[in-house]
Amino acid sequence: MSTAARRALTGRLLLPLASVLLGLAAGAVAVVLAGANPIDAYSALFQGAFTTRNAFTETLLATIPYVFLGLSVAIGFRAGLFNIGGQGQLLLGGIFAAFIGYRVTGLPAIVHTPLALLAGMLGGFLWGAIPGILKARLGAHEVITTIMLNYVAAGLLDFLVNRGPMADPHRAIPQTPAMLPSAALPIIVPGSRLHFGLFLALLAVPVVWFLVERTTIGFRIRAVGLNWTAARASGISVAWTMVTVMGISGALAGLAGAVEVLGVSGVLTPSLASGLAFDAIAVALLAGSNPFAILPSALLFGALKSGASFMQLQTQVSTDLISVVQAAVIVFVAAPLLVRWIFRLRAAPAAPVSITEGGLGQTPPREGVA
Amino acid sequence: MPGFVLWLQNVDLVSLASATLVAATPLVLAALGGVMSERSGVVNIALEGIMLTSAFAGFAIAFVAHNLALGMLAAIVSGMLIAALHAVLSIEFLVDQIVSGMVINILAVGVTGVFYRTLLQQGVRGPGTLPIWRVPVLSSIPVIGPIVFQNALVTYSMLVLVVIVHLVLFNTVWGLRTRACGEHPLAAETAGVNVKLVRYVNVIASGALGGLGGAYFSIQQIGQFLPNMTGGRGFIALAAMIFGKWTPLGAFGASLLFAGADALGARLQYLGVRVPIQFLGMLPYVLTIVVVAGAMGRAIAPAAVGRPYRKS
Repeated sequence: MSTAARRALTGRLLLPLASVLLGLAAGAVAVVLAGANPIDAYSALFQGAFTTRNAFTETLLATIPYVFLGLSVAIGFRAGLFNIGGQGQLLLGGIFAAFIGYRVTGLPAIVHTPLALLAGMLGGFLWGAIPGILKARLGAHEVITTIMLNYVAAGLLDFLVNRGPMADPHRAIPQTPAMLPSAALPIIVPGSRLHFGLFLALLAVPVVWFLVERTTIGFRIRAVGLNWTAARASGISVAWTMVTVMGISGALAGLAGAVEVLGVSGVLTPSLASGLAFDAIAVALLAGSNPFAILPSALLFGALKSGASFMQLQTQVSTDLISVVQAAVIVFVAAPLLVRWIFRLRAAPAAPVSITEGGLGQTPPREGVA
Repeated sequence: MPGFVLWLQNVDLVSLASATLVAATPLVLAALGGVMSERSGVVNIALEGIMLTSAFAGFAIAFVAHNLALGMLAAIVSGMLIAALHAVLSIEFLVDQIVSGMVINILAVGVTGVFYRTLLQQGVRGPGTLPIWRVPVLSSIPVIGPIVFQNALVTYSMLVLVVIVHLVLFNTVWGLRTRACGEHPLAAETAGVNVKLVRYVNVIASGALGGLGGAYFSIQQIGQFLPNMTGGRGFIALAAMIFGKWTPLGAFGASLLFAGADALGARLQYLGVRVPIQFLGMLPYVLTIVVVAGAMGRAIAPAAVGRPYRKS
């Protein structure tokens, strides 16, 4: 193997793998400090994620939203934007999809389900485009605006389903009426909860790859991400590209929300998919924002997620352990210098991993949306 | 309009102002931390996680030691430790500063969650809250007395720290160096300033401020730790910092505005205003978006904030 190829392999495979191992090790430290046995905890986690048919389908089920959300964060990264608003966009997707899912009647499933999914994407698109426009027109930093919009979306959802216009009048608990059977995503493994969304997730990966790597929009996204000043100088509307990419990113998150409502919960509740979008930051970073690498990355975090409940049941170690592992994985992925330092690897890479630029206030560009 | 006047008569303005100052306490402290850190060139969105961790550490130590002052100290020290992690990652290992900050926020949820569950199983009860201390003489001044001079320790510290941070930043050599590192680190280095050192110290100082802000939640207000009890206040504080144009006094004023929106929202509910409570709850967040979008004047960040600096 040539040196260049070996170095590429090291960067693409070895560093992520080392990061995962170090992340698990950091989690083990937290378990020990909390007074439990990390070997027991991790073996329970593994059992809960893989060892039975039911465990495995639950892992795949947990992987589905991570694929959409991971792609959502990744496409933002490709344009140099950090979309932390996945949670809010997911909720808007859930609201739009649920509205179509229980309100619109008399449609055959072949029309109803895709319509509800598209509505979910639209909801996420709109909620994602807001910070895009704020950034493009007013220079408002997307990190702050997307975080704030998460809280606003949560308030909106609570208003709608907690005795609000979308609440089920026959129930005391805050939720919408059940989705109609014609809008539900069909179960693909009998006797499990695994639904058709798995195929949608598998389809979304090449679609996003094609969009980013082979289309004009994708070229603009990458150009803006690499150097927006140069992109603008070569005639690309940076503002418009930012709005588009935030919208697409939001649409993917919205699709995740729609799939969770139509495929898993069957109703919309205020606690829809809580925390999933934050996990997706780790999914995207571990995958290096490469759409195909999102799949194994999402599977890893899906397994952690689905195994965690069994671990908590068996060993009393909190499911929050997963957040510790996640945070540690992100650290090691985002700090190749640190991993190389730990393993005493030579040939440190020259450039730091840079995703965002500048402060949290207003940053250029201030050109109009053309 | 008559309805509004009638409504105003029903609001006790002194108690509203007092509630505003109390609610502003963690916002001001975290915003001051943000000012220190960002003025030296390091974005610190980890303040949310710093406050959450410190709220937990402060509570845990106060409970174990049966001593609230020790708890407060523990909150400050733990804030400094977490901030040091942010400093090492972003200054030493050149991790993207926003990614590093998010990592700490995620880590804070995880670590406090894991340990909280352990403590909960041991049936931990709260260690109590910091007492309200009425300043002699001053607390009997009408209007100002009950608002400013009848508070607990964290709130008093906050008021003093606004002045201290302002003086440090604009009237000391250290402050000048800090601002130089945030605007043009290469020029600062050329003039003999140790950019790395300045950034380390400022980030860790911002952790101490955020840590004290964390103590507000668990030790001053409710005497208990609850998962995610900071509820995004660290992010709102950053908006206050931006709105305050990266100055301590500006951040103080902006925090009062956000906290006022919060306190007013809570009171409107009592008075039966026919707006769904969820919309009142959104007020500070929407206000933050409006502020960051520059509806109330342009806010330009320190020129070099967010960029790692390496000697070449």
